[in-house]
Amino acid sequence: MSAYVIRRVLSMILLLVLLSLVVFILFSLLPADPARLTCGKSCTPEIIEANRHRLGLDMPVLAQYWEFVKGIFVGRTYAANSPDPIQCSAPCLGYSFKRGEEVFVLIKDRLPATIWLAFGAFVLWLAAGISLGIYSALRRGRWQDRSVMGFALVGYSLPSFFIGLVAIFFIIIRWQLLPFPSYISPLENPVQFLQTMLLPWIILATLYAAFYMRLTRNQMLEVLGDDYIRTARAKGLPERVVIRKHALRAGLTPIVTAAGLDLAGLLGGAIITESIFSLPGIGSLAVNSVNDADLPLIVGITLVAATFIIFANLIVDLLYAVIDPRVRLS
Amino acid sequence: MTNASAPFLSVQDLTVTFPTEDGSVQAVDGVSFSVERGKTLAIVGESGSGKSVTAQAIMGLLDRRLSSVSGHAWLDGRDLVAMGDDEVRHERGSRMAMIFQDPMSSLHPFYRIGAQLSEAVLVHQKVSKQAAREQALEMLNRVGIPDPKTRIDSYPHQLSGGMRQRVMIAMALINSPALLIADEPTTALDVTVQAQILELIGNLQQEYDTAVIMITHDLGIVADIADQVAVMYGGRIVEAAAVDDIFYRPQMPYTLGLLASVPRLDQVRVERLDPIPGNPPSPISLPPGCVFQPRCAYSDRVADHACEGIRPELIDIGGGHAVRCHLDGDVRQAIATDVLDALAGSGT
Repeated sequence: MSAYVIRRVLSMILLLVLLSLVVFILFSLLPADPARLTCGKSCTPEIIEANRHRLGLDMPVLAQYWEFVKGIFVGRTYAANSPDPIQCSAPCLGYSFKRGEEVFVLIKDRLPATIWLAFGAFVLWLAAGISLGIYSALRRGRWQDRSVMGFALVGYSLPSFFIGLVAIFFIIIRWQLLPFPSYISPLENPVQFLQTMLLPWIILATLYAAFYMRLTRNQMLEVLGDDYIRTARAKGLPERVVIRKHALRAGLTPIVTAAGLDLAGLLGGAIITESIFSLPGIGSLAVNSVNDADLPLIVGITLVAATFIIFANLIVDLLYAVIDPRVRLS
Repeated sequence: MTNASAPFLSVQDLTVTFPTEDGSVQAVDGVSFSVERGKTLAIVGESGSGKSVTAQAIMGLLDRRLSSVSGHAWLDGRDLVAMGDDEVRHERGSRMAMIFQDPMSSLHPFYRIGAQLSEAVLVHQKVSKQAAREQALEMLNRVGIPDPKTRIDSYPHQLSGGMRQRVMIAMALINSPALLIADEPTTALDVTVQAQILELIGNLQQEYDTAVIMITHDLGIVADIADQVAVMYGGRIVEAAAVDDIFYRPQMPYTLGLLASVPRLDQVRVERLDPIPGNPPSPISLPPGCVFQPRCAYSDRVADHACEGIRPELIDIGGGHAVRCHLDGDVRQAIATDVLDALAGSGT
């Protein structure tokens, strides 16, 4: 088991290095010129070239990458020889000249909203998706099953920007059941926090819940036809034990994988939901950074989002080994 | 039905229908047989002949929403078919147990052997977890698992197929059931392991005085272990007799066909095996007359095309030997003699 963990962690580190390298090279190939972004409208080519040199943007890509990686661990000083050098302390993910702020700080400030949004929706969609999926599977072919699956189909088909806007229009504007969303930390004002997050949670969870209902139902139906379920029944176990202990254990295992990766994906920013409800999260930051062609920030967000996914992958794999004894050997 | 002379398990007119969108499918039609404690009944037949469904109907393992079971299955005087779900469940695993064809997939992959065995104990006996584990350990020992103290904490995937089937047997017999149904228990195993498993079942049967129903398509196994044999075809019993009668005095053309299609090592055969022509009937569209008629080589010896139009009844021809066939007794006898002679003579 410990050999398995070590192997998985090492491969994760390798993957992170490769990923950051690819991201870095990809963005260096873009036509957008980061040096051009360092000065305003009254720029001359001479200033741009000087800035390019001072920021090290004239170095080969690999050398720039090395500076970037070094910056993550020990920090970095941009334009060290100029009269006003820019300090970027470790972990330095780059510096947004557009915003005059360290990329890491920008992301860090936006992270709480995204995390709250993702985890809240995660809990909602797992609770709704898994329980309704099981219910549907146990009443396969009957009207309860058909209703749940019909509901799932609707939830699956409606784009979240549509139901999001409809919800805002009716619940907030027309009926005024909730105040306009304005994000605040739950530690400062829990009531306002809940009022703001309630709709985004539901909207974001709807799409995923629909998907998880289908996934859970199919998993359960497949497992309920397995031979070991017949064995459990042949032992004389009560049906609820057969379902809870034998079928759920086997049926929900693959859902762990899906759930972990979906959560990680959301931690990289729920772009649409955050934008609709103007939540100050990673998703809306990503949209803004693309609009501004703020390259260092885009690279930083991409790396952070990808890191979440790679981490989630590792955690899911380790969790899987705990749940499924067959994984531990191979 | 509780008098002393009644057989231990008596199945009467058991019928199983599955309603489908194409009409109802009669998988088992009016099957009757009985088994005594300590004896073995072999149910023989091709895939789809209804033998596994019969077993699952007795065990109450068929989903009542997807199937309807009628008739009787008296287990020691109590009718399993008439019982409620929960009542049958209490019988399952304690008074009657079942082992299945594929030991690779019949054990839960996520739980240790010991936990799966103890679970079977705990559901029927009011004992502590520790006591259940002791029983599990003892049972593993008894079914010949080497080093059971270590193996009890193994996961199924860490055991070979033969070992897993031993575990399945241990699990089935852990509450000393009086009836054991084995549904092709050796089909998925290597030949050498097959013999060991059959021997194990036989030994434990003697030890516990268990009534055994062995479902198989392997006539070699039947000859080895059965006392009584029921040959099933198209959801019906077409011939039932003591094991010697099946092998030495078979009557029904289908049984003859089965015997003729078995490879024999004691004779050097030059020609190919003699398979029964055609395929088993689909339970959705059974022939109106004798279900075996389309594949039967002798139906033209019956007058008025009776085989095509009239369902033959299961007729007792004496000595507990029953046959479902329109052929006259003499003609049947003559055909059987011919076939057996040909089988015996083909090697010389």
